[in-house]
Amino acid sequence: MSRPLSRLFIALSASFIACATHAEDVQVAVAANFTAPLQEIAASFEKDTGNKVIASAGPTGGIYTQIKNGAPFQVFFSADDTTPAKLEKEGDIVPGSRFTYAIGKLVLWSPKEGYVDSKGAVLKKNAFEHISIANPKTAPYGLAATQVIDKLKLNAIKPKIVEGSNITQAYQFVASGNAELGFVALSQVYKDGKLTGGSSWIVPQDLYDPILQDAVILNKGKDSKAAKELIEYIKGPKAAAIIKSYGYDLKK
Amino acid sequence: MSIVTETITNTITGPADSIRARFQVNYSGFELNVDLNLPGRGITALFGHSGSGKTTCLRCIAGLEQATDGYLDINGELWQDTAAGIFIPTHKRALGYVFQEASLFPHLSVKRNLEYGMRRVATNVRKVPWDRVMKLLGISHLLDRMPNRLSGGERQRVGIARALLTSPRLLLMDEPLAALDLKRKNEILPYLERLHDELDIPILYISHSPDEVARLADHIVLLDQGKVIAEGGLQETMARLDLPMAFTENAGVVIAARIAEHDDVYHLTRLEFSGGSVLVARRPEPIGQPLRFRIHARDISLATSRAEDTSIANLVPATTKEIVEADTPAHVLVKLELGNTPLIARITRRSCDQLKIVPGMQLWAQVKAVALLDQ
Amino acid sequence: MHLSELDVAAIWLTLELATLTTALLLCIGTPIAWWLARTRSFLKGPIGAVVALPLVLPPTVLGFYLLVFMGPNGPAGQLTQALGLGTLPFTFTGLVIGSVFYSMPFVVQPLQNAFEAIGDRPLEVAATLRANAWDCFFTIVLPLARPGIITASILGFAHTVGEFGIVLMIGGNIPGRTRTISVQIFNHVEAMEFTQAHWLAGGMVFFSFFVLLALYSSRRLKPGLS
Repeated sequence: MSRPLSRLFIALSASFIACATHAEDVQVAVAANFTAPLQEIAASFEKDTGNKVIASAGPTGGIYTQIKNGAPFQVFFSADDTTPAKLEKEGDIVPGSRFTYAIGKLVLWSPKEGYVDSKGAVLKKNAFEHISIANPKTAPYGLAATQVIDKLKLNAIKPKIVEGSNITQAYQFVASGNAELGFVALSQVYKDGKLTGGSSWIVPQDLYDPILQDAVILNKGKDSKAAKELIEYIKGPKAAAIIKSYGYDLKK
Repeated sequence: MSIVTETITNTITGPADSIRARFQVNYSGFELNVDLNLPGRGITALFGHSGSGKTTCLRCIAGLEQATDGYLDINGELWQDTAAGIFIPTHKRALGYVFQEASLFPHLSVKRNLEYGMRRVATNVRKVPWDRVMKLLGISHLLDRMPNRLSGGERQRVGIARALLTSPRLLLMDEPLAALDLKRKNEILPYLERLHDELDIPILYISHSPDEVARLADHIVLLDQGKVIAEGGLQETMARLDLPMAFTENAGVVIAARIAEHDDVYHLTRLEFSGGSVLVARRPEPIGQPLRFRIHARDISLATSRAEDTSIANLVPATTKEIVEADTPAHVLVKLELGNTPLIARITRRSCDQLKIVPGMQLWAQVKAVALLDQ
Repeated sequence: MHLSELDVAAIWLTLELATLTTALLLCIGTPIAWWLARTRSFLKGPIGAVVALPLVLPPTVLGFYLLVFMGPNGPAGQLTQALGLGTLPFTFTGLVIGSVFYSMPFVVQPLQNAFEAIGDRPLEVAATLRANAWDCFFTIVLPLARPGIITASILGFAHTVGEFGIVLMIGGNIPGRTRTISVQIFNHVEAMEFTQAHWLAGGMVFFSFFVLLALYSSRRLKPGLS
């Protein structure tokens, strides 16, 4: 080994050992819709504890398949509660670690100012060509949207529904103007406690089943101190403030 | 590209029986610069090494290549005049083109190939009758075949027939026999001769085979590095000592003769030409039939007196015209004349000195072999 | 059979989409391929690259741009709206347009190869036989390029049948209008309906295999002169 290379090697080993002794990495899998809040929480968590969060974002179903096939994730923030429940039943998580970290809120949104009224009457007027929702078979927000439509007996708008394969795509259809309005996640159009733009109707909770988003410590994280610390941090007040600022509710 | 079909009044067109072709082409590394005035009938051979510009010249005449500067008049029909902005596109030129490889359309039967060009010519312009072409080229039994079921020689005959059936005012042939072996060549050459004898269509014929040229051409154009180095009637051009053709193993002359008499006792035929005659093995042709033959320079030896004690049958008196260096330092070329028929003899420099040969001297030429041009 | 009514609808829709797309592509792709095969223009490189883009771009990228361009705020969308056609995403027409872009190289490239393989000589021969450029194109070039045209049609059709990313991006998953087989398979898989997914996916595998088998066994015809 040449001298510069060997020096580099020594330096790298030293920093690796330093990391290992003073702080720990946490491998986290996170559902796409919670990526932004998690990044903010992670920054705060790293500053406070010295531990580092290494996050991989993806669709919940995809992450589930990866976990079943040996992905090295220690903590999982799901977009729903059924997938973590399934993992729990199948013995892939640290028993008792499952908890609801956020409750998703459904919003009827349009990028156009004044298009959606604060009572959702725009749905009854039915003067649009396309309304975008996420695929109700696979996305919790999509399911919630169909519950709202059914409860309000809005059968007339059903032929105008266009489906995104996930909530991100449902948002894209609306944001690009191809659909005039759509049911999206509040977290997609909400930042620092207010709407980022356009007009919206925050759908009352009694029109759809709560969209519970659960997190778990996976088996790969059962010996990790940092993983436990991260979960505790998420339950703490600093994280709660961040989660709320993105338009999620918290479990009372 | 501007297409002007009507003749411009102040354009001076050539005489009705001549081909005027002037082209200048510049590619990187190649230059063609020719100015030809060719007879408007018979076969004119473009002769030269590969790369001498023969094909480019022919392609310019066909309009497949657009010369930087060009002028082309075919028997009074103006096809190109760059200065006047005239360029008739290929498909509007009444020409036939036979390519080196027959280039038959593989998806069409022989019949459909033959009809392809013919159908695109107005009925009142069709002068070459179908039956005559079938007979001339002997292809009537091939009509239903597909091109891939033909031999090389058959394909080439179909290719020639296809071109003829458009009733061209000029037939261009780019080494039509080059892709064929000797056997196939000999299969086609008689058809080409018949073409020459029976159809009144001027033919420009590219070749680099002296035998082919000698056999078919009336007129010859010698090209070298894109320039014309000689042009003229076949006999006098082939006999010129100042041309590179003279400096090869195959140097020699072409003599046009006719059958004068048959000797059935010795089984010989006498061929008569202007200035003399030669004896050859008995020919099947009737008396009076024209025939061409070649005498190679290496097949003539010279004597100062008539040798009586020789087995060589052909011994003719001739006058020495000129002596030049040959292709090797050991040899010289002696040009002789029998009446107005030229002869070339290739002899050693030593013999030339020993016999003290000088221009004007009377000599006896012993012709060891005569190559008849139809075997 | 484990195919639902929606599955069957998706199959028909896909076949319709692929047929229409292939027909359109043969019309549009032939002049493009001919130009690419014959031109000496400096634009040959850039145009060839644009045509080949879908070979390397993820379909979702193409789909995303189509969504934006054909949307009400995009240039294409503004044009279609001005023409009174509305916007194209979520429509069958939109899918056809997307598929035309997406499958373009699969049609243009075999055609271009076939045209290039024909070379100059047959065109020159035809010209000396009094055929003008159009005449020559229809009587010589197209028949000689037949193997290439067959390859182009098969590849264009098969590739459109297998298209997924673009349909997902601009389709909106509407049964009978924009829900093709590949999207339907995706839906089944996402919903963990593996039996239906298997039926459709297995069908696709068989279909693709036989298409390619047909393609490779028809590779005997070669263009050129004899």
